[in-house]
Amino acid sequence: MQELDKLVAEAAALFAGISDADALEQAKARYLGKAGALTELLKGLGKLSAADRPAAGALINVAKQKLEEALHAQRELIAGRTLEARLAEESIDVTLPGRGRNAGGLHPVSRTMERIEQLFRSVGFEVADGPEIETDFYNFTALNQPENHPARSMHDTFYLADGKHLLRTHTSPIQIRYMEQHQPPIRIIAPGRVYRVDSDATHSPMFHQVEGLWIDEQISFAHLKGVLIDFFRRFFENDNLKVRFRPSFFPFTEPSAEIDMSFGDGWLEVGGCGMVHPNVLRNVGIDSERYQGFAFGLGPDRLTMLRYGVNDLRLFYENDLRFLKQFV
Amino acid sequence: MKISEHWLRELVDPALSTAELADLLTFGGIEVEAIEPAAPPFDRVVVAEVLSVEKHPQADRLNVCQVNAGTAPLTIVCGAPNVRAGMRVPAALVGAKLPGIEIKLAKVRGVESQGMLCSAKELGLSDEAAGLLELPPNAAIGLAVRDLLDLDDQVLTTKPTPNRGDCLSVLGMAREVAALSGTKLKWQKPVAVASTITDVMAIQLDAPADCPHYSVRIIRGVNAAAATPQWMVRRLQRSGIRCISAVVDVTNYVLLEMGQPLHAFDAAKLSGGIQVRRARAGETLALLNGTTLSLTPAHLVIADEKNALALAGIMGGAASGVTAGTRDVVLESAFFTPDVIAGKTRALGFGSDSAYRFERGVDFAGAGAAQERATQLILQICGGRAGPVAEAQGPLPARNKVQVRLARAARVLGFAIDAPQAVSILERLGCRPSLTGEVITALPPSHRFDIAIEEDLIEELARIHGYNKIPAAMPAAHAALLPVTENRRDSAAVRRQLADLDFQEVVTYSFVEQGWEVDFCANPEPIALANPIASQMSVMRSSLIGGLVNAVTFNASRKQSRVRLFEVGRCFLNQPGYPQPWRVGAIAFGEADPQQWGHAARVADFFDIKADLEALLTPAMAEFVPVVHPALHPGKSAKVLLDGKAVGWIGELHPRWQRKYDLPSAPVLFEVELGAVEQRGLPVYQEISKFPAVRRDLAAEFDENIRYGDISSELKRSGPAILRDFTVFDLYRGEGVQKGKKSLAFSVLLQDTHKTLTDAEAEKAMTELRRILQEKFNAKLR
Repeated sequence: MQELDKLVAEAAALFAGISDADALEQAKARYLGKAGALTELLKGLGKLSAADRPAAGALINVAKQKLEEALHAQRELIAGRTLEARLAEESIDVTLPGRGRNAGGLHPVSRTMERIEQLFRSVGFEVADGPEIETDFYNFTALNQPENHPARSMHDTFYLADGKHLLRTHTSPIQIRYMEQHQPPIRIIAPGRVYRVDSDATHSPMFHQVEGLWIDEQISFAHLKGVLIDFFRRFFENDNLKVRFRPSFFPFTEPSAEIDMSFGDGWLEVGGCGMVHPNVLRNVGIDSERYQGFAFGLGPDRLTMLRYGVNDLRLFYENDLRFLKQFV
Repeated sequence: MKISEHWLRELVDPALSTAELADLLTFGGIEVEAIEPAAPPFDRVVVAEVLSVEKHPQADRLNVCQVNAGTAPLTIVCGAPNVRAGMRVPAALVGAKLPGIEIKLAKVRGVESQGMLCSAKELGLSDEAAGLLELPPNAAIGLAVRDLLDLDDQVLTTKPTPNRGDCLSVLGMAREVAALSGTKLKWQKPVAVASTITDVMAIQLDAPADCPHYSVRIIRGVNAAAATPQWMVRRLQRSGIRCISAVVDVTNYVLLEMGQPLHAFDAAKLSGGIQVRRARAGETLALLNGTTLSLTPAHLVIADEKNALALAGIMGGAASGVTAGTRDVVLESAFFTPDVIAGKTRALGFGSDSAYRFERGVDFAGAGAAQERATQLILQICGGRAGPVAEAQGPLPARNKVQVRLARAARVLGFAIDAPQAVSILERLGCRPSLTGEVITALPPSHRFDIAIEEDLIEELARIHGYNKIPAAMPAAHAALLPVTENRRDSAAVRRQLADLDFQEVVTYSFVEQGWEVDFCANPEPIALANPIASQMSVMRSSLIGGLVNAVTFNASRKQSRVRLFEVGRCFLNQPGYPQPWRVGAIAFGEADPQQWGHAARVADFFDIKADLEALLTPAMAEFVPVVHPALHPGKSAKVLLDGKAVGWIGELHPRWQRKYDLPSAPVLFEVELGAVEQRGLPVYQEISKFPAVRRDLAAEFDENIRYGDISSELKRSGPAILRDFTVFDLYRGEGVQKGKKSLAFSVLLQDTHKTLTDAEAEKAMTELRRILQEKFNAKLR
C-alpha cells in the first residue's frame, strides 16, 4: 500500500510541475492511460483472492480519485493562467476615441423656438402657421392698419415686384388667418420668419417672431401679464426675473404694452403685447362684446442672444460651423 | 423728439427729479429714450469783463488781462486772438473743474494767472472754437455761466407712438406730465395781438375737406435779418433744430412749443390772394429742400393767383419763402387733415417736421393760438405791424362722446378701477367725463386723435393708473388634452432626427441671388422683390439648394473639410397664389465619416446621403427614379417618389456648380417636401410565420444599364408567392466579369405562412426567380 501512496505522491508532484495542457494530458496517461501504472494495478486485482480483492480495489480507487483530483486542480490552474494570458493580450487602449458618426445639432434659434413651443403647449396652446409672402390685407389692413396709417412706418416693408404682395413684417397675420377659420376659445402660438428692410448688428432683414393669441370670454390684461411673466421666468429658469409692462401702441391691440425684462443692472425690451383690438375681432367675425383676449409677439432671436450670451445677431444667419457647433 | 427739460418745466413742474420725470413719461406710454445734459459738468466759471489787455512781456502770442469777475480784479494770462478790453467772457476761477482740466494758480512764462478765460470748446459746449466765447454785453458780472446760458438743463429724447401726435410738442408733453402726475399745467393761451394795420390777405379755400381751417395774417415792416434771441437759439438747438433766420426760427419754435406747424411767406413774392386747392396735373413746384416736384391732383397746395407756392402741410416752396431781405411776411397757420398728408412723405421719399405732425393729427382748435403766439414773437424780435387774421373754415373733425362701462373696463383689465378714480383720470386728460350709474361719458379734446371707442378710454384708464399696478394673474382655462396625431410628427422631430444623423441645422435667407435660381433651379423668373436690401438678396428662393451650397462654400473656405448641413424652411414658387411649400434639405460635403482611426477615409457619395434620406423617410419606402435636375450631376441624380408621388430630389452637385461655387469636391444633397417626412404610417401588425424561412443566395451577371430597382420591383411583382425578401449584398465588376457587365449577388428569403417549405419547393421558387432574371433582364447566371 505504501507503493500506492508513493505512486500518488509522485504523480501529484509530476502534475504540479507541468504548465502546458497537452503535457498534462500526456502525464495523465502515464498513470491512468491504458498502460498507465494505476491501470496496471487495477488489472492486477484479478490475481488476488476473492477475499482480498474488495479491500485492494477500494484502495486503488481511492488512489485513482486522488490522482484525478490532482489532475483536475492542475488543469484548472493551467486554464486560469491561459485565460489570463489571453486577456492580457487582448487588452485595448480604452482612451482611444469611439468610431462612427458625430451628432449634428439644431440652430440656436430653433432651440429657442422649440422651448417656447414646449412651454406654451404645456398650458394648452396649439401651434399655428401661415404664409411668409402675405397680402397687404392680412399684414396690415385686417390688423387695423389701413393704408397710409402712420403706424405702417414702424415697419419697413419688403414688397414684391408685383406691387400687390409683401413679405410679412410680423407673425400677426397668422392671428387673422387662424381666427377666420376658428371660433373662440382660441389658444395658439405661431412661430416663424419675418422680414423688414433693416440690417446692422442688432437688426437682420430676416428674423424670427413667435406670435401668441388667447381669446375667450374672460381673458384679461391681468392674465396677459400673468402668462408672460410666467413664460419669461420659465424660459430663463429664473424665478426672480423681473418683467415690466410699458404702455405702447400697436394698431391691433388696445391697451398695448412693450415688455421689458430685467437684465444685469438694466432692462431689455423683449416683446410687445396687448388686448386684441375689437376692430380686429370684428374683422374676422368674432363677437367682441362676448369675447376678448390678448396677443403678444416675442423675438426668439433676442431671447436666444440673452439665453446663450450671443452678442451679434448676424451670427445667426452666417451659418459658420464654429458658431453653430457650440449649440449642439 | 428732443426737448429741453427746463422748457418743459416752465409749463409743468412736478416735484420729481429728472430721472423720475423720465420714468413718469415712459410708464405713461411716452418712452424717454435718452436723457443727456445740455452741457458737460463744470463749475466756478463766471461772467467776467475784460478790463485791460496788455502784451505778455515774455510771449508774443499771449496777453495779460485785468479781469473783473465780480470780486477784486484778477490778472489772467490769455492766448485767445479775439480778446479785447470791454468784452464779457466766461472766466474759470482758480479751483474750477472744466472738462478734462482743473484750473490752478499758475505762472505762465513768469506771470501769475489767476484763472482762465474760456472758449466754447473749453467749456465743452462745441467741438471747435476760434476764440473766447463772447457773452452778451449786459450779462451780469460774477453770474455763474451755467446759469447765464441755462446749462444745467437736460435734453429728453422721447419717442411718442404714432397714435400720439399730440405729444409732439412741449405743450403736449406738459399736458401728459400734468395728467400723469396730477400737477397743474401752467400754460396760458396766448392773447390775441391787436392789429395795427388793416391789410388782409384774401383766402380762397377750394379744398375745405382737406383743410378745414386756414388762417393767415400779414405782418408788415419786419426786420427779417434781426438776430434770434439766445434763449430761443438754445431751445431750438437742444431740440436739434438748425437756426436759419428770425422769422423761420419763430415758426419752428412755435411748432416745438405748441405742435402747430406754421409757414411764413414773403408777401412781396405773392401775386394776389391765397388759394388752398388740389394741384393741377402738370403743375410743378420747387421746394425748399431743392427738389422740384411734378404735382398731381393727389397733392394739396397753397397757391397764389399764378402758381403753387407750397406743398400744404409738408414743405414750403423755394420761391416764396422768407429771406433776410423780406419786409412783409404772410404768416400761415392751418389745420390739414391727417388723410391728405398721410402716406405722402413715403411716396415723396422725404419728410418734414410739419408732415410728421399733420399725418398724426394736429390740434384743430390750436391754429389760432399758434398764430397769435408766432405773431407776438415776430413783433418782439423783428418788429413790424400786424394786420388782422383772415380765416377760412371747412368741416372740422368731429369729436363724439365716448362711453366706458366700468364693468367692461374691469373685465378687460382684470382689475377694477373705481368710479371716482376713473372720473378723475379722464378729467385730467381733458375728456370732460360725466358719470351715470356705472357708465362714464367722455368727450375727447381736440388734440386727441386716438379716442373714439370704449377700448380707447379703457386704455387711458389703465395707462394713467399704471400698467404695473395692475396685478398679474393666471387664467383659469377649460382643461382639455391637446390632440396628439400619431401618423404625423412635427417639424421639430424631423429636425432632431436630422441632427441625430449628424447634420447641423442652418438658417439661410429666404431671399437669394438671382443667379442661384438660374443655376440650381433653371428658374428664369423667380419671385422678385421690389425693394431688396442688396442685389444678392433680390429674389425669393424656390429651392433650399442655393442656401445650402452657399453655406457649405462659406465653411469649406474656413478650412472645414467635412460639412453636413440641413435646413427646414419655406420655398416660394412663382405660380398663381404663390405656393410656399415647407421643404427640408440636407447636404453632405467631404468625408463620409468624421476623421477617425481604424477607418479608411472616403468622400461621402450618393449612397451615403441616400441612406440618410431613407432613414428620415422610414418606415415609408421611397422609390428613386433617375432624372435630370439642373443642380445635379445627370448620372447621379434621382427623383424621390413616395406612393408614386414626387416629393423631392437627391443627387450629387453638378461638377459645373462645384467649380463655380468653389468647392474642392462635389457635395451630395437632397431636398424633399417637409410634409412627406412628417407623415408616419401607423404600424399594422402582421402575423409572424411559425414556419422557418429558407435563405438562398443567387448571383448573376447583368448588362450595366440594368437597374437594381427594376429587378427588385419585377421580382416583387411577379416572383413566386413564397418570396419574402430580396436584397442585394454584393455588386462586383472586374476580373471574371465581362466588360460592360456587372455581377450582382442577391440574398433571397423564402417562407410559407402555412407550412414548412420542402427543399423541392424552395428549389422550384429559385428556378422561377432565375427564369425571370434570364427572360426579363438577360441575366447570365453564375
